[in-house]
Amino acid sequence: MVKFKIDNKVVEAKEGEYLLDVARRYGFSIPTLCHHEALGSDGRCRVCVVEVKTRWRKRIVTSCLFPVSKDIEEVYTASEDVKLVRRTVLELLLARCPESDVIRYMAAKYGITEPRYKKDTDKGKCILCNMCVRTCENIVGVSAIGIIGKGPEKKISPPFREASDACIGCGACVAVCPTGHIFMEDKDGIRLIWRKRFELAVCPKCGRYHAPVEQLEFISKKTNVPMEELLVCTNCR
Amino acid sequence: MSVSIQRLEEIKKDFLSKQKVFQKTIRVCCGTGCISSGALKVLEKLRTALKTEGLDEKVKVIETGCHGFCERGPIFVFGENDIFYQMVGKRNIDADVSALIETVKSDKIAQNLLYPDPNDKTKKFVATREIPFYSGQQKIVLHLNGYIDPESIEDYIARGGYVALHKALQMKPEEVIDWIDRSGLRGRGGGGFRTGRKWRSCREAHGSPKYIVANGDEGDPGAFMDRSIMEGNPHAILEGMIIGGYAIGSNDGYIYVRDEYPLAVKRLTKAIEDARRLGLLGDNIFGTGFRFDIRIFRGGGAFVCGESTALMQSLEGKIGEPKAKYIHTVERGLWDKPTNLNNVETWACVPLIINNGWEWFANIGTKNSTGTKVFSLVGKVNNTGLIEVPMGLTLREIIFNLGGGIQKGRKFKAVQTGGPSGGCIPAEYLDTPVDFDTLTELGSMMGSGGMIVMDERNCMVDVARYFLNFLVEESCGKCVPCREGVKRMYEIVDRICNGEGREGDIEHLEELGKAVKLGSLCGLGQSAPNPVLSTIRYFREEYEEHIKHKKCRAGVCKPLITIKINEKCNGCMVCARNCPVSCISGEKQKPHVIDQSKCIKCQICYDVCRFDAVTIE
Ligand SMILES: Cc1cc2nc3c(=O)[nH]c(=O)nc-3n(C[C@H](O)[C@H](O)[C@H](O)COP(=O)(O)O)c2cc1C
Ligand code: SF4
Ligand code: FES
Ligand code: FES
Repeated sequence: MVKFKIDNKVVEAKEGEYLLDVARRYGFSIPTLCHHEALGSDGRCRVCVVEVKTRWRKRIVTSCLFPVSKDIEEVYTASEDVKLVRRTVLELLLARCPESDVIRYMAAKYGITEPRYKKDTDKGKCILCNMCVRTCENIVGVSAIGIIGKGPEKKISPPFREASDACIGCGACVAVCPTGHIFMEDKDGIRLIWRKRFELAVCPKCGRYHAPVEQLEFISKKTNVPMEELLVCTNCR
Repeated sequence: MSVSIQRLEEIKKDFLSKQKVFQKTIRVCCGTGCISSGALKVLEKLRTALKTEGLDEKVKVIETGCHGFCERGPIFVFGENDIFYQMVGKRNIDADVSALIETVKSDKIAQNLLYPDPNDKTKKFVATREIPFYSGQQKIVLHLNGYIDPESIEDYIARGGYVALHKALQMKPEEVIDWIDRSGLRGRGGGGFRTGRKWRSCREAHGSPKYIVANGDEGDPGAFMDRSIMEGNPHAILEGMIIGGYAIGSNDGYIYVRDEYPLAVKRLTKAIEDARRLGLLGDNIFGTGFRFDIRIFRGGGAFVCGESTALMQSLEGKIGEPKAKYIHTVERGLWDKPTNLNNVETWACVPLIINNGWEWFANIGTKNSTGTKVFSLVGKVNNTGLIEVPMGLTLREIIFNLGGGIQKGRKFKAVQTGGPSGGCIPAEYLDTPVDFDTLTELGSMMGSGGMIVMDERNCMVDVARYFLNFLVEESCGKCVPCREGVKRMYEIVDRICNGEGREGDIEHLEELGKAVKLGSLCGLGQSAPNPVLSTIRYFREEYEEHIKHKKCRAGVCKPLITIKINEKCNGCMVCARNCPVSCISGEKQKPHVIDQSKCIKCQICYDVCRFDAVTIE
């Protein structure tokens, strides 16, 4: 266990623990946009920055990835530099995704109501946090989507911008997306997502459409639970 | 059977005795630059001519790596009397080949192939060592470049190659690291991190296997120092890496070479095969039981792939995106194993330090930046090319001595160092000794050693825009400040260049630049604002002129300039004839006028006018 200060409050933490987790445990509020408890982070959004003072230097780090070590003396969650980076990131994201309520709300907290830049019109609400991709790969285990392109033109998409064979239509990406960018629609027994149409299974007990047949088949194969059981919706099981 | 020091000695003797039959040597530059200016064709004709003259058994023609003066290529140097011929075959290939033969036969010097003094056309230099571009250099890393045949391991061994490896293997690994540390060697790839310290951390890191990687990605546009080492003296890199592997405790090395460097790949591949053949790579090197091997990996070509974590991702076959480095790659790098990455120039310094001792190296250069540095000197200087100078030489010495001053006698304005995300340094700092720390203090950086010289005809706002544009293209797009922020900086600077700058833009750029530096994930974003911030720092008035007075003093930003013809015009009509859109009219011997509605501001009239009658406002 090591001891150091966060904004003047003495805290204790295990070596190697991420600063974000420590700070949250002690009740500090640090915004995040690409971190998820089940997924961790890969350091894309940079809103979670804090300033860390060690024996040698002071620097800005992303708290979601910075491991606690003996060298830390003090952490500042709202220094001028921290606020500058957060404010800038949120203003840049608001210019990218002016339609996103989540970003608008967070930006307003840092005094930004209108970005000083020309608003993008082609990015939708996607901030490229990559959480959908990581969910698909690490939680669902299918890797139906990925990041393509580079720089400002990076984009989340199924490979080759076509409907992906791998996609099972589970919608986990929709659930994890912080801004609600991913389009999914269930209509007349059909689910539309990532340019692909899925036939929805009908529950033999209540007659309700619930999950895509492909998703149930995927689960059945993985878990060896027979299809007949899975066709029954979770409410009726 | 493993290789021994006696075996090296034999190879050397054998090689040297074979040389005795030759009366003359001609060193022909076969670097990428000279090849593209036609060296191979001249070489072929020379070989044929030598044969016809019955001289082919008497004259040794060595195909070497880059001599550094690529702008003057093809380059042919006579070994014994050091006669330096440049632009051979550029004007008249057959005449030039005959001249070469004449020199072979009777030492007759072909005046038209000599290098003329750029500031005094009547003066010509005969020997390489007299040319300021060369005499001002101190070549240690490049000391064999241009001398040896990079495809001959015997040639390298004949000049003392692989002796350092033998010596290092007799030392304790810790001792080798200690030497490198004490030599003061710092990484040549950009960051300037102490090499010895890095090696020690990697040696002490837990985990196995450990990996050694050479960074030959060289993504800086226009830079070619690493290419020239890989092409010109590949064994120096291999030898450095094997020594590093021994010191750190690694048996596996990788060389990450940029895909656009096929010749470097070819020569490194040959070098590795030859080293394996002689037992300098493989099991039981010099009978010590130490095993080491090297593989080549061809990189994808993105600028960001030169960054350490992105390079390792790419080596692992993933997308070359950087990762947070809070846990250092010497602890967890390639496949999460301890990995020591150094630039190829850094590796090439290693055998020199082992051979000559750390004190020798530490005595070259400045206190905190020891040794030499290879720079690529380009832009508005008279002599452009690759130079190796001791750290601590001043910018003035480099630009005006070696570089021969500014082209067309114009005025020096700034020098951009450190590659695309370096900064611009103005004339008042010309006497700064160049090393890692001084360049950083000036708001620029050493980077990998790019130096672009600018004169009064360069607009500093436009320069900033140029580099930002490159960086927007090359940002990998992983993190928000770099992906979105650099793009917005570009938009603002672009607006200023187009005459649409607004009050507050400069302060906005400073604030955004600071945030991008602080908040970005990798070195690309963290340094991307440098071109803007350094030009604002030293040339703020140029930004203000663009914004407030809609003026571009250098005459570069087209929307801000008007081209006019004044009363000095005597109606010679040269401008009218050269104008690509024919918008200059007027009678013979009478002042001409430009139709502003048609003028595309190409400034050709300005360049062709001999009477100073065309002005840019
Ligand atoms: C965007 C970016 C590009 C880089 N490109 C190169 C490169 O082309 N070659 C290189 O040796 N180092 C490059 N570096 C530096 C490497 O990350 C790393 O620091 C270096 O290879 C370490 O070797 P050294 O200590 O010998 O300099 C780059 C860094 C960044 C941030
Ligand atoms: S700083 Fe730029 S290049 Fe580096 S990770 Fe972020 S987006 Fe990619
Ligand atoms: S939450 Fe830490 S970088 Fe996004
Ligand atoms: S390639 Fe010939 S001098 Fe550089």
